[in-house]
Amino acid sequence: MTQNENPTAPIVRMEKVNKHFGSLHVLKEIDLQVAPGEVVVVIGASGSGKSTLIRCINGLEEFQDGHIEVDGNELTPHGKSGRALQKIRTEVGMVFQQFNLFPHLSVLDNVTLAPMKVRGWSRADAVETAERLLERVGISDQAAKYPSQLSGGQQQRVALARALAMEPRLMLFDEPTSALDPEMIGEVLDAMRELAREGMTMIIVTHEMGFAREVADRVIYIHKGEIAEQAPPEKIFDTPEDERTRSFLARVLKH
Amino acid sequence: MEVTFQFDWAAAFRSIPHLLPGIPWTLLISFGGLAIGFIIGIVFGLMRISPSRLLRLPAIVYIEVFRGTPILVQVLFIFYGLPQLLGGPINALTAGIAAIAVNSGAYISEVVRGGVQSIERGQREASLSLGLSRTQAFRYVIWPQAFRRMIPPLGNQGIISIKDTSLFSVIGVGELVRQGQIYIATTFTALEVYFMVALMYLAITWSLSLLLRQLEKRGLVGQ
Repeated sequence: MTQNENPTAPIVRMEKVNKHFGSLHVLKEIDLQVAPGEVVVVIGASGSGKSTLIRCINGLEEFQDGHIEVDGNELTPHGKSGRALQKIRTEVGMVFQQFNLFPHLSVLDNVTLAPMKVRGWSRADAVETAERLLERVGISDQAAKYPSQLSGGQQQRVALARALAMEPRLMLFDEPTSALDPEMIGEVLDAMRELAREGMTMIIVTHEMGFAREVADRVIYIHKGEIAEQAPPEKIFDTPEDERTRSFLARVLKH
Repeated sequence: MEVTFQFDWAAAFRSIPHLLPGIPWTLLISFGGLAIGFIIGIVFGLMRISPSRLLRLPAIVYIEVFRGTPILVQVLFIFYGLPQLLGGPINALTAGIAAIAVNSGAYISEVVRGGVQSIERGQREASLSLGLSRTQAFRYVIWPQAFRRMIPPLGNQGIISIKDTSLFSVIGVGELVRQGQIYIATTFTALEVYFMVALMYLAITWSLSLLLRQLEKRGLVGQ
């Protein structure tokens, strides 16, 4: 595992990152640093580039120029990072909007697959860790079931356990509650809240403003691919400085 | 004037022992050819979706050529044409198996391609985000799911190929139709014999359908 010598050195460092989709400039000169243990929430309208931003951090999206360093590993533009990328993905967990559980594997096997194949753990070790994590997210009694037999909220908690099984140094959340029925959002947010309390470094893209206000150390507002404003939650929600932030918040907080 | 035509059940039943020796040949050509065709299909199907043009192009050419020409022409080409190139004869059984292999291989390539491409992008992204290599993602996540989706179209192809072997009577392989023709030549009971031949194909293809339905039922757990 890569450990930074300096414990307060940022775990994520993005410098002047630019990304284009054809003629569309999706990320513009992104500068972002995330410290260990920090919880950063990214907000913004759909299509603003917030998902793209976090997907660049674990190389699911390529960027065209700039600098991304994650836990001492450097990502290069145009997706040519090779081993560094592999290493980053091993240390960075991700939870997706659509859960993306493996439907052909039981809940338990979903969680044990990567530790066994990537970390080389024995089945016994992987199962022990998986059971502990499933217990922690409140689904230990469903380990033998298949994902399709679970509710959306349960599936997303399995996805969280699956990512945590790799013992990541950083967790990325890409709208983790957007595909859930309203009554299931709470259970997923609770599990994330717990994780934040334990000191996990997290970058969360979400539309849950109440949750953002409560758990975030810092909130970033993205507007058309640019970081328009970043500040502690009280500051950004109560006295936003940027006109664009104000008008966005006025729209989403109205209801 | 009264025309009566009698279906002679006795003649039909009498033909059975003469037709049965065709079944092992039909099965050997079908399943031998399909087994090789499956391997061809995996290789060319994956080449077909490779990011490399160098791999994609030969796969496209192969698939288009063998899907776009009749299997009868293919087997005649292999049995009568290839020996002129190779300088030695090819036996009819080998030619039959080879024809089923290259023909079903082209269709199975498309089945493999469709199966793999039908798996949601999120499956690959989730695998990669967990640190699995591309090869591991394919082997443990994409392929097992793709294969399950491939079972019904593979079954279809199996049934088509079994029936295609009936054309190989033209190169003299002793499969079902050929056995029927030989028997009819001495008894002139075409109606009864071809009826029995048809029944035997039906028995084979229907057994395969049932088997596949079972496989599908079991394979689809957790989908």
